[in-house]
Amino acid sequence: MATVVDSSNPKSNYPIQYRELNYLNCSSGWKSWLFTLDHKRIGIMYLIGVTASFFLGGLFAVLLRTELLSPAKILMGPDSYNQMFTLHGAIMTFLVIIPGVPAAIGNIILPVMLGAKDVAFPRLNLGSFFLWMFGASFFLLALVTGGLDTGWTFYTPYSVTTNTAVITALLGVFVLGFSSIFTGLNFIVTIHTMRPPGMTWFKMPLFLWALYATALIQILATPVLGITGLLLVVERAFHIGIFDPALGGDPVLFQHFFWFYSHPAVYVMILPAMGVVSEVIAVHSRKHIFGYRFIAYSSIAIAIFGFLVWGHHMFVSGQSKVVAVIFSAITFSVSIPSAIKVFNWLTTMYKGSIRFTTAMCYALSFMFIFAIGGLTGLFLATLATDVHLHDTYFVVAHFHYVMMGSSLMGLFAAIHHWWPKISGKMINEFWGRIGCLGVFLGFNLTFFPQFILGTRGMPRRYYTYLPEFQGLHILSTMGAYLLGLSSALMAIVLIYSVYRGKKAPANPWGGASLEWQCSSPPPHNNFDHPPLAGDPYVMESVVYNEEIGGFVPAECQGDNNGSGTAAGEKEV
Amino acid sequence: MQMKLFIPNLLANDEAGFWFPPQGSTVAENVDSVYFFILYVCTFFFVLIVGLMVLFMIKYRHRPGVEAEVTPTHNLPLELSWSVIPTLITIVMFWVGFTSYLDMRTPPSSSYEIDVVAKKWVWAFKYPNGWIDSELHVPKGENVTLTMASDDVLHSLWIPAFRTKMDVVPGRYTQLWFNATIANEKGFELKCAEYCGQKHSVMITKAIVHETRGDFDKWLKIASDIHKNKTPVEAGEYFYKTRGCIQCHSLDGVPKNGPSFKGLFGKERKFTDGSSVIADANYIRSSILEPQSKVVVGFRPIMPTFKGQLTDQDITAIVAFIKSQK
Repeated sequence: MATVVDSSNPKSNYPIQYRELNYLNCSSGWKSWLFTLDHKRIGIMYLIGVTASFFLGGLFAVLLRTELLSPAKILMGPDSYNQMFTLHGAIMTFLVIIPGVPAAIGNIILPVMLGAKDVAFPRLNLGSFFLWMFGASFFLLALVTGGLDTGWTFYTPYSVTTNTAVITALLGVFVLGFSSIFTGLNFIVTIHTMRPPGMTWFKMPLFLWALYATALIQILATPVLGITGLLLVVERAFHIGIFDPALGGDPVLFQHFFWFYSHPAVYVMILPAMGVVSEVIAVHSRKHIFGYRFIAYSSIAIAIFGFLVWGHHMFVSGQSKVVAVIFSAITFSVSIPSAIKVFNWLTTMYKGSIRFTTAMCYALSFMFIFAIGGLTGLFLATLATDVHLHDTYFVVAHFHYVMMGSSLMGLFAAIHHWWPKISGKMINEFWGRIGCLGVFLGFNLTFFPQFILGTRGMPRRYYTYLPEFQGLHILSTMGAYLLGLSSALMAIVLIYSVYRGKKAPANPWGGASLEWQCSSPPPHNNFDHPPLAGDPYVMESVVYNEEIGGFVPAECQGDNNGSGTAAGEKEV
Repeated sequence: MQMKLFIPNLLANDEAGFWFPPQGSTVAENVDSVYFFILYVCTFFFVLIVGLMVLFMIKYRHRPGVEAEVTPTHNLPLELSWSVIPTLITIVMFWVGFTSYLDMRTPPSSSYEIDVVAKKWVWAFKYPNGWIDSELHVPKGENVTLTMASDDVLHSLWIPAFRTKMDVVPGRYTQLWFNATIANEKGFELKCAEYCGQKHSVMITKAIVHETRGDFDKWLKIASDIHKNKTPVEAGEYFYKTRGCIQCHSLDGVPKNGPSFKGLFGKERKFTDGSSVIADANYIRSSILEPQSKVVVGFRPIMPTFKGQLTDQDITAIVAFIKSQK
């Protein structure tokens, strides 16, 4: 492996004409990034934005948990507390989880996985990113101009009457919605029109199925959120009664509109993560994915059922009993496709050759956490128990297990799985795994006690609480500190690898999908010619090559120069 | 429609269990048994999933020289079994939840009726004789129906010991019923569960359960006799403490969300519309009944009206109380 020289490093003494060109070093200067049409650079910019938002939202979370160490005041008063949990929720939802896997990882990986040069509409793609930044700046503006204290749900009539920056934040949500819609549209068209020869629908990697299902939700549900936000803006600005009963409106109507988007949005957050796990489990177990069609169909099923269950957020809202019963029944149907996925992943591991890379550790953490997150949803789908558990810490714990634990565990798995492809560097696996262990333990320590807090009677969004809850709150806060430190460690390990990491081979894990056929990092155009696609899960098609330190196509093994890979060609 | 599930509550005891507060109402036992039924099913599946995962992690970990075995990539009977069996289980879950929910949400035809008004950040319980109290008092073993309305934003009335909860929505009435099974003179916690702003987390009061209907009636008689046994200042102090004034108006001169009552009476008040007035009995009366019409400079128009909830005699007592805060 000492023979592998990083010819892409500008500091190496390679003459410029022999230096390997990739999408990162093919041009330089801030304009080459900000006005790029390259999906990979746009994805990187998303990734930076998402990471910055994650640490801002995470900082709020740590401050909130610190305040909850005691029922008395520690850091802030109730007004600041209310603003902080609102912004924590809004930032984490709209700026981190929704764009996390689809916009950041999806942008980088989707076209490469398809063997395409770019997405179908590269300019629209850059437009989505500008909209994302524009929307995010509204959030920052809301933060400095009076804050926001409505909760991320913006429930009326509180949001109509509070004197915080509701309109600014709603305009931010509106703009971010368009960013999400355009990304979804782009992905759908790309998947429909740009698949390479040989890649039929059922030869697509499952990550693409997941992104496709996600994109469907994004373009069908997000407009409703946009309209709802605008109606609320109109109500606040011009006092037209829509949701506020004082003006003749109906506050429960707002909840219907809001959850009509926001429940499907939960699947925008979890489906891509499920797609990532399908890839990571198969590749790092060196096994063909089990039950391909069932996993693919279950993604679509989740996307469809996801539209029919919004009313389960409103079992105690005053909606009719009949409606509540119908929504409860439909809600259970969503649990079945999720169960199918989990069992198929387990069976994929059977008789595999499992390597505990950092990516695989995150995928296994995902399975553990998603099992809890998914199963605790059953308590909330059941009418009788939901009446007691609604609006308590049980719900907080449940949705953090799904949205934070599962979605972000999926994002972390994706980042570590494709990091060699994205950055061209290998991370330090030892410290990566330590980070994963810390995130896993910290997460469970933070949120498991919250289930018990909830059943015992601790309502959510409480600034202060009865003394009997303090022990569990302290446990939870300790977990949050561990989670925060471990996430920072993960970021450090990743950033360190960019400067000091070993050069990555084209196919370090032995994946059989197309993105592993181009060099790491890929050249500007990904592929000169559309590659021929086969079954993306036939892991036997690639074998490990000691000299390259990665996998090469089976038919090239024996050629010691590993000339079958794009990266191998230029390596000595 | 009573659906009993005879599943032992292994972790709980009579007082307060590991998971739940004591079972204080007739529906609580049902709710808990549904909860434990789901908990056992979930525990089974969790152990199955994580157990298999850990087993495979150990047994099929990568070892040098050992390649992954090529196994079948699909198996229809297996797929169908892990689709159909969970479906059947969820149907059972839905059914037990549904039947208990109907019990919980169908008020019995004859019940003791109490009106509830929620406002930022105080509860008002109006008993049939017109008495309004900040605590909920009910007799044990009797059906009680609460008819609830909100004066401002969404609230939600939750009594964890009764395992029941309902949003209180402005512009419409919602209903909640229960039948308390344990007498509790100290009171069960009654909390606001829907976020309602600054003092959401202290919008907590007590649900006091009297042993017999006689005890309850006796309490109501004494409580509603407030003016008879007290001087106007004492009565005013009672209203100050129990009807929510204390949340925003201090007695020590430090303004909170509203002006402090210390030294208020007889002082000149300047309003946001530029006018001003001397704080006399009439001004205090109109501030209680129409709080939004004149707002003192430096404060937000957030006080709800008390029109129809305080009698003239009550207001006179409050005026006397404010007058006494020199």
